[in-house]
Amino acid sequence: MNAQKSRSHIPRAALARLQWRATAERLFSTVTLWAGIIIVASITLLSVAAPLLGFENPNETNLMEALQPPSPEHWFGTDDVGRDIFTRVLYAGRIDLTFGVLTTYTSLVVGLILGALAGYFGGILDTIVMRAVDLVISFPFIVLILAITAITGPGIQGAYIGVLAVSWALYARLTRGEMLALRENQYIMAAKTLGYSTGRIIFVHSIPNLLRSNLVFSMSDIVLNILTLAALSYLGLGIAPPTPEWGEIVAQGQRNLFTAWWISTLPGLIIVLVGTGFSLIGDGLADRLGEDGGAAL
Amino acid sequence: MTATTRSDASPLLKITDLTIGFADSRGVVLAADRLNLQVDQNQTLGLLGESGCGKSVTLRSILGLVPYPGEVITGQIEWMGRDLRRIPRRERAKFRGKEISMIFQDPTSCLNPVFTIGNQMIETLKVKLGMSAQDAHHRAVELLDHVGIPSPEQRLKLYPHQLSGGMRQRVMIAIAISTRPRLLLADEPTTALDVTIQDQILKLLDDLKSETGMSVILVSHDVGVVAQNADLVAVMYAGRIMEMGTAQQVIQHPRHPYTRGLLSALPEIDAVRAREPLTPIPGQPPNLAKLPPGCPFQPRCSHVRDECEDIPVELDRRYPEHGSACPFVDAEVFS
Amino acid sequence: MTTDNLKPLLEVDDLVKTFAGKSSVLDHLRGKPQPRLIALDGVSLTLPPNEVLGLVGESGSGKTTLARCIVRLETPDSGSATFDGQDVLAAGPAELRQIRRDMQMIYQDPYTSLNPRMSVQTAVSEPALVHGLVEKEGTERLVRELLGRVGLPFSVAELRPRALSGGQRQRVAIARALALNPRVIIADEAVSALDVSIQAQILNLFAELIHDLGLAMIFIAHQLSVIAQLSDRVAIMYLGRIVETGPTVSVFTNPRHPYTSALLDAHPQVGEEKRQEPALTGEIPSPYAIPKGCRFNTRCRFAEPECFEVDPPPVEVAPGHVAWCHVLPETLSGTHRSTD
Repeated sequence: MNAQKSRSHIPRAALARLQWRATAERLFSTVTLWAGIIIVASITLLSVAAPLLGFENPNETNLMEALQPPSPEHWFGTDDVGRDIFTRVLYAGRIDLTFGVLTTYTSLVVGLILGALAGYFGGILDTIVMRAVDLVISFPFIVLILAITAITGPGIQGAYIGVLAVSWALYARLTRGEMLALRENQYIMAAKTLGYSTGRIIFVHSIPNLLRSNLVFSMSDIVLNILTLAALSYLGLGIAPPTPEWGEIVAQGQRNLFTAWWISTLPGLIIVLVGTGFSLIGDGLADRLGEDGGAAL
Repeated sequence: MTATTRSDASPLLKITDLTIGFADSRGVVLAADRLNLQVDQNQTLGLLGESGCGKSVTLRSILGLVPYPGEVITGQIEWMGRDLRRIPRRERAKFRGKEISMIFQDPTSCLNPVFTIGNQMIETLKVKLGMSAQDAHHRAVELLDHVGIPSPEQRLKLYPHQLSGGMRQRVMIAIAISTRPRLLLADEPTTALDVTIQDQILKLLDDLKSETGMSVILVSHDVGVVAQNADLVAVMYAGRIMEMGTAQQVIQHPRHPYTRGLLSALPEIDAVRAREPLTPIPGQPPNLAKLPPGCPFQPRCSHVRDECEDIPVELDRRYPEHGSACPFVDAEVFS
Repeated sequence: MTTDNLKPLLEVDDLVKTFAGKSSVLDHLRGKPQPRLIALDGVSLTLPPNEVLGLVGESGSGKTTLARCIVRLETPDSGSATFDGQDVLAAGPAELRQIRRDMQMIYQDPYTSLNPRMSVQTAVSEPALVHGLVEKEGTERLVRELLGRVGLPFSVAELRPRALSGGQRQRVAIARALALNPRVIIADEAVSALDVSIQAQILNLFAELIHDLGLAMIFIAHQLSVIAQLSDRVAIMYLGRIVETGPTVSVFTNPRHPYTSALLDAHPQVGEEKRQEPALTGEIPSPYAIPKGCRFNTRCRFAEPECFEVDPPPVEVAPGHVAWCHVLPETLSGTHRSTD
């Protein structure tokens, strides 16, 4: 009531417009964040709970039902040996999502620590880490994977090793740059004059403040890593058939693209959906973490 | 409203009922609330206030530079009789930098680091005054010399980061006065400078003012700077003008409890008297999203009473030319 | 306050600190020596217990570098700093930890001197916990006590810095500094970023703490009025050296170094008429190229030939009041003495 009294001289239209502006951004970022979470959570849940939901063996062939279009019994249709594509997509989800999350967050932790140490100490450590980063990033990735696969043999291990070997570098570089700036903050200087150990300064005071950009980036990174696995499987590296994997499913459908379009397209859409979901989470996080300096995390 | 009798000439700039709203995470706040200000020819108006009082935003609104998510909601900004808010945007751009110039606290934000100073000055002169490159070059050297920069010819070739803070500020002033503006808006122009350099810059502005007859609106949180350099002073708090009068009236005979509080809280340089405890203004700076009805200073005022909730937002002028937003506290009470 | 018989708490002797400048590859090839920025060029001072020393200077004076060297955030090139008889600069990790408990620093920017992700409770209790001065159970009582001492209600303990105003954050920073029961506090422009009304609150708080806790303080500021408010003694710095030092009253009412006088004149004083000429012309010389002789000679009205050749020696111009000047003009203006 009192607030209204002191605002009575403002034209209502202007007040409404400003009020909208005040809430719109936050609303938008919340919607974005939750839309992303819902998408990713749904797909994850479906993949994990697949057997409980009645989707059993993804490798069960049934040549009688080969190349069927989507129908109530086969939501995504069947492939050329009669396997239910939807079931395959769900089971592939387990592999892809696990791959994405494991590689991304392992890389994040490794890169974060190395980058923080390099940025904090500078000198030789910084040089070594940064040159390693340069080396890893500039090395042609496919060549690396081929080399690794030649050693480890076919299967997903090669993909894991290859992606891990490269992914950490981006986090390291990002973190190191931020640490260079963070180091000059007065609360870091205060931590020194308060007599805290270097370990404490780095791990308790610095790293939590360095997490934000890494987390936002990790959302895109998950998508990239999943796509990398998909691409590798598509090329015949990575997953060994008949294990379902999104990229591999899409690759298989290539021959029948114009006839049995559902084999490549529908799983492809799922990949896009998952990617969008993570991306939305990333956007939402970026906005939310941005306004309070990461304190909300 | 000058220190002498009111001139018959109409004011250079007249702001009436200006209200500026902002939208942020706290909600809708009024950065400026029904402000009334006026600047005459060859006059310096000082806008004095602490951070968040709305003085900078008010200045920017004159040139239409209020950043999103803020906007000017109501009010008139009359420049020599014409309301700047009602003329088309293209025309308003013509005033900017020509008849009305602005200088800022941080010269680095208005000097492009990738161009030399000469480049930037000459470009301004060519665009704003239609000068040829050669004439602009001469004029640029003249201007730098005028603002007290030694070896101006050589300095033109330097980049902003190669100059000291005081030098950059002088360059900014040189660019601002290059078009012989009638009004110079100065937003905390010396806050980031050393005190001896601040002294030089303020003297420079004073000299320029005498030479060209231009008016200045000087925004500052430094009471001493405003007291020494302004003809008129308007004290702002929570987006409102609390007191307005000549510098002498406001500083020597403050009528508003906030002004008095501010002046009492100042530490003194006189080392003999200085060791007494200061009398600060109690409480916290105002939260613009949660202002009480009526006078925003109530939570911190030692003279507060119930009637303060109903105070209108205007200056009570019981004393000629010296208005205070507080109708209860009188000049006599303060000793 | 006669502090001559008390052993000084802090003694700084002839500190020199330079920073390497950048030189291009071409310069290297030509054999040019790398330019060095001279931040401190032989600074000495003493701080007796329970005394407040004000350190004044403009940019390039070296006052912040001096503070950082004293607390070992920077390592000086040469010189010594002793705290209570212990060598600060050569101290090993264990001794340094002890010294750090006794000597605390309060920083300028209330917006970056507190970790944005830590609650007030955590920030204020952490020092004592880390140094083993308190157990986990005792932290609440400690925090309550510290917050109370700086005038904050216990309800702010659970808040993060972003919910606090500048003045409140500075109080939290002070509470954090007090947690280790220091004997010396170095306040590096601790009130410069605060509004006038809040600045006065914090200055009063400092005065109270100094009195109640018997603290010694080095108070760094560029505003002379703020220095006058708190300091018993003052040291004026210019381009890496102290040019005048002594009891604040003596230095401010009777400055003998032209730079001190210029600083006092340049300070915009409410109630004083503006002068016709600026107090000081010219710019500060580059710290890469300190002038020969007296470093103030490029801007000094009173400079004589000797000033361009020889470094001025210290001269005691009044009890405890020393100025480094060849000329020591008699006609320098200071603040007016009050008529009581």
